[in-house]
Amino acid sequence: MARKVLTLAEVRDGSLRNVSFEAIAAAKTIAEGGEVVAALVGDQVQAHANELIFRGADRVVVVEHPNLKFYTSDGYSQALKAVIDKEQPEAIVFGHTALGKDLSPKLAVKLDAGLVSDVVAVEEVGGNIVFTRPIYSGKAFEKKIVTDGIMFVTVRPNNIASLERDESRSGSVESLAVEIKDLRAIVKEVVRKTAEGVDLTEAKVIVAGGRGVKSAEGFKPLQELAEVLGGAVGASRGACDAGYCDYSLQIGQTGKVVTPDLYIACGISGAIQHLAGMSNSKVIVAINKDPEANIFKVADYGIVGDLFEVVPLLTEEFKKLKVHS
Amino acid sequence: MLHIVACIKQVPDTKVAKINPKTNTIDRASAPAILNPYDAHAVEEAVRLKKRYGGVVSVLTMGPPPAVKAIRKCIELGADEGYMISDRAFAGADTLATSYALAKALEQIAKQRPIDLIICGKMTIDGDTGQVGPGIARRLDIPPLTGVNKVVEINKEKGYAIVHRKLEDGYEVVKSTLPCLFTVEKEINDISFAPLPNMIKAARYYPTIWTANDLENVDRKQLGLKGSPTIVSKIWTPPKPKGGEMLEGTTEEKVEQLLSIVLEKKELFQS
Ligand SMILES: Cc1cc2nc3c(=O)[nH]c(=O)nc-3n(C[C@H](O)[C@H](O)[C@H](O)COP(=O)(O)OP(=O)(O)OC[C@H]3O[C@@H](n4cnc5c(N)ncnc54)[C@H](O)[C@@H]3O)c2cc1C
Ligand SMILES: Cc1cc2nc3c(=O)[nH]c(=O)nc-3n(C[C@H](O)[C@H](O)[C@H](O)COP(=O)(O)OP(=O)(O)OC[C@H]3O[C@@H](n4cnc5c(N)ncnc54)[C@H](O)[C@@H]3O)c2cc1C
Repeated sequence: MARKVLTLAEVRDGSLRNVSFEAIAAAKTIAEGGEVVAALVGDQVQAHANELIFRGADRVVVVEHPNLKFYTSDGYSQALKAVIDKEQPEAIVFGHTALGKDLSPKLAVKLDAGLVSDVVAVEEVGGNIVFTRPIYSGKAFEKKIVTDGIMFVTVRPNNIASLERDESRSGSVESLAVEIKDLRAIVKEVVRKTAEGVDLTEAKVIVAGGRGVKSAEGFKPLQELAEVLGGAVGASRGACDAGYCDYSLQIGQTGKVVTPDLYIACGISGAIQHLAGMSNSKVIVAINKDPEANIFKVADYGIVGDLFEVVPLLTEEFKKLKVHS
Repeated sequence: MLHIVACIKQVPDTKVAKINPKTNTIDRASAPAILNPYDAHAVEEAVRLKKRYGGVVSVLTMGPPPAVKAIRKCIELGADEGYMISDRAFAGADTLATSYALAKALEQIAKQRPIDLIICGKMTIDGDTGQVGPGIARRLDIPPLTGVNKVVEINKEKGYAIVHRKLEDGYEVVKSTLPCLFTVEKEINDISFAPLPNMIKAARYYPTIWTANDLENVDRKQLGLKGSPTIVSKIWTPPKPKGGEMLEGTTEEKVEQLLSIVLEKKELFQS
């Protein structure tokens, strides 16, 4: 059954987020041959419209307004509601990001719609669209279907493969004028903690440090390795609690859930709460002095050794490769 | 005088819970029922705000009769009043139906004492959705502020709240009109030890319990399983990790092996 599916594209710090491309891919599956329309909402974001087409959207609807410079529930609801009213989609896909998590339940309730959040896979089975999502803090998975009304979906970053970028694709880009007013909550200021670097939840490579890193200084070699690999630095709660790094880096049950292609755990013992945040990474490498460390049970490749020897060596080797290639 | 209502849920403790291999649902016998940890922080914050500005803290839950225990836990933490909605008609509710029932109960509470602020947890550790808070806000038509990790100021006279909202890489300072709804992060506070008088009060406490019939203007079609447009078709657990390959040799040799492994999988992460 062909469906019209809307996705919300997110622009942050001047570029589209990867999860927005993944949302388009999920939307394609849900559409079953129907149209995928991307909503591009913000202040001066029009320039990104074509990229969304290259990534698989059939059409883009742009809503621009100075009041949309920062995300607010009211502002973005008004913008997206206007797009929904115009397009009448049968499903709407968001990234499972701070924005998507805030906006999707609010709009779903407004439209009396079912919402399936934090989806890691979408498939079509016997005429139903079936969503897979983790439950019980990642201990199990459930498959869900929406039986009635518009389907609201949020997709977890890094789980659904985005489509091949194709510059030969074309599609229409329309602007929709929406009055954005009466904002009940306004953003006074945005404070970024990790000014540089890659967003953890979207990083393809994560080099994570634990208490074994021993000091804030000890994170340096990890940062260098992450840098040559184009990845981000993460941490266990042990490292955060010890004050070696900021809590915004914490991965695990009470931190971020990440699913990079490559996860390198350095000096992390592998407590169950840490595993809850990273065990679905595609390739896990563990470096730990203790051969009995629990982390080796989930690692695809383990190195028993001192991280302060292994990590700098690895960085060196990768640097050499970069020079040669 | 602020009136703050925290929405709380009793959940199986998923940290220790075992999954029943036949049904793939939580084996409830293996897991004690606890107050959802995020909701403990919601109650704690409400109590702290009460101490700062004066007021009353109520807690509300929807759940089966044993959920009274979770309310008692909140009384220990310093809540003043407990409300519970419990009825077979609510059973099987998904987040849409849950937010509907809770919003109806909140309207009823507000009739007795107008509500300035509603605080929910970030999410529950069993359902993991985090949808109920924003859903309630929408139904009551008040602004939702998700991911709150600090309350800077509540000003009832001037009708505003200023909070920090957590972002993936920092936070933003947001000013909202009152009444509004927060969902709070764990780092917003540390749970205080319950003082003895609270524990004594809690042990004897009975909340106000309402059934679906006690709520005014309820559309029964929107309750429970009937009001739930999403259904679960299957639950399963991921296969047990088997542990991988240990690289052997000198440090240099191990690094070299790892290097070629990573290079082999390069296409994975260099797109
Ligand atoms: C409710 C709750 C929620 C939690 N949530 C989280 C969470 O979200 N995320 C999280 O990570 N934790 C969480 N924890 C904490 C978790 O239980 C562990 O305490 C924590 O993950 C341990 O951190 P760690 O592995 O860095 O430290 P440790 O367990 O101390 O491990 C340090 C490791 O470093 C190794 N090591 C030391 N020196 C070296 C060296 N030179 N080279 C190589 N290896 C070395 C040691 O062998 C050891 O294995 C939570 C706990 C609770 C109770
Ligand atoms: C008779 C009966 C049986 C039930 N059986 C089940 C069951 O078997 N499994 C199950 O998962 N749920 C059950 N529920 C509860 C209900 O279905 C869930 O609360 C609902 O789906 C919320 O989803 P969530 O856990 O993902 O909440 P989230 O959206 O993750 O929760 C976010 C926040 O919303 C608030 N909140 C959520 N649920 C409630 C609630 N019930 N009461 C008050 N505040 C709440 C809390 O502040 C929480 O931190 C039952 C309820 C009743 C009445």
